[in-house]
Amino acid sequence: MNIEKKRKIESFIALTLSGLAAATGLFWLLYILSDVIIHGLGALHISLFFNDPAPAGEEGGGLRNAFVGQLMITVAATLIGVPVGILGGTFLAEYARGKKFARIISIISDIMVSVPSIVVGAFIYAILVRPLHHFSGWAGAFALSIIMIPVVLRTTEDMLSLVPWTLREAAFALGAPYYKVIIQVVYRGAATGILTGVLLSIARVAGETAPLLFTSFNNNFFSTDMNRPIASLTVSIFQYAMGPYGSWHTQAWGAALVVTLFILILTIAGRLVLKWRYKQ
Amino acid sequence: MATSPQKNFSELIFLSLTAVASFTVIFFIIGIIIVLLNESSLAIGKFGLMDFLTSTAWNPVTGVFGAATTIYGTLVTTALALLFAMPTAIGIAIFVTEIAPNFLKGPIGIAIELLAAIPSIIYGMWGLFTLAPIMAKYIEPALQNTLGKIPALGFLFRGTPMGIDLLTASVILAIMIIPFTASISRDSFNLTPAVVKESAYAIGATKWEVVKNVVLPYSKLGVFGGAALSLGRALGETMAVAFVLGNNHKIATSLLDAASTITVSLANEFTEADSALYLSSLYYLALVLFIMSFIILAISKFFLLKAERKYSR
Repeated sequence: MNIEKKRKIESFIALTLSGLAAATGLFWLLYILSDVIIHGLGALHISLFFNDPAPAGEEGGGLRNAFVGQLMITVAATLIGVPVGILGGTFLAEYARGKKFARIISIISDIMVSVPSIVVGAFIYAILVRPLHHFSGWAGAFALSIIMIPVVLRTTEDMLSLVPWTLREAAFALGAPYYKVIIQVVYRGAATGILTGVLLSIARVAGETAPLLFTSFNNNFFSTDMNRPIASLTVSIFQYAMGPYGSWHTQAWGAALVVTLFILILTIAGRLVLKWRYKQ
Repeated sequence: MATSPQKNFSELIFLSLTAVASFTVIFFIIGIIIVLLNESSLAIGKFGLMDFLTSTAWNPVTGVFGAATTIYGTLVTTALALLFAMPTAIGIAIFVTEIAPNFLKGPIGIAIELLAAIPSIIYGMWGLFTLAPIMAKYIEPALQNTLGKIPALGFLFRGTPMGIDLLTASVILAIMIIPFTASISRDSFNLTPAVVKESAYAIGATKWEVVKNVVLPYSKLGVFGGAALSLGRALGETMAVAFVLGNNHKIATSLLDAASTITVSLANEFTEADSALYLSSLYYLALVLFIMSFIILAISKFFLLKAERKYSR
């Protein structure tokens, strides 16, 4: 066999292997997605959304408490996390642009994005749950906002840096103070990019479970009191899936489908917004 | 230039608001370290550092705690997951950047990004209901009958295949980090200048030779950084493994045995810890985990920054 043939065969084998690797990877991932959709659709029943949980072991019931609780925790986390993240990113990209400590904060935020979320839960437990002697929805919202802030901060910083410096100079030339330039010129230029960051950060925290386990805990009853333990979809999924009852498992699949769809829609929306903005 | 005092005042307010907001990140990271140290001080005082890290005891009744079993579980699942995920992820990246026709590149890229967005609890739940039974019924017995028969490897596959074990947890962790690793590797591959690849093709290199000798060496910093980032993510992952690991505090030599990781212990035992020492030991575990993942993530960031600087030149 001559060397050229050998090289061609070697190339063919290597490329086939990587094609196979790609197929295997995508197979498992699509398997998970289709499994969630198939099982979840079977569980999507109107009672899932409008009934509260039935007593353990009994048939029927729904997860209305968890839907409402999840929504409240996520909205509260967004209201805390997004403003702080955007303002923080503004400082790094504008006032502290090019400074060494801005660089350090931005690197630390990147690390914070991937820090184990369960540790954040333990942190909040020590400062907000134990001193007050009870789990609370607010504690859960704070835990999620700690995870959210670095994500929003980093996207905002990147997006503001993309706004051309000459745009700011034009505004300065008209005598505008820096804060006005930022709010009226820079933010406008970067609005869609920041919106994408916000959408993706909501998608990120909406599926978090670990930080809620010891902060908002769980609640089998309908409650909108953020000062008390409150149910969330993700913690309910954990509890129901690990529980012994078939009806719990079905409801866990239903909740899993809703969470997954919500997050996928947010992610797609975020990408579309970005694509639409930068195509123009 | 004359500016009115009111303008100066607003400027100052906005500046301080943004400054405070950006320093919250530093505040959180320092706050987390202080709180973890403070909460674990009881356990640190009682067990010390080396004794805690090397002790395999975990007995809430007698109040003796050690981290060795959970650290072992964390390292084994993470290492196996990386071992399974890296070749697959790099295969996907090679396929997407070099082999796939153009009309497939976009959709596969989007599919990978979307799959990376699926929360870990979904992976964990799917692992419990779908993968664990498959592992117990088909894959694990098959492994026992093949690899398990090899004398040097046999001990890895001893025991009854239950599906709730180190192997299943590692597979789920691997599936979860594949999209993440693949997307970073793909981005690094894409940074290879087309001219360099074209020159290799021009002197008659095959596609594989171009990937092996041009693309991979060119992007190794990025791929390495991506691998470290996935490692950091996998170390701190809770929900994907919590369902299928069994929270069993022991050093399991067989991959078909239940075990525990730091995160799984925290998730299962935190709200049940009935003594101050128990809770403090759990915080000690959290501290160990935090330091491990912080170091790994810092290393990954170092490589990714180095890669970025190299390409931007």
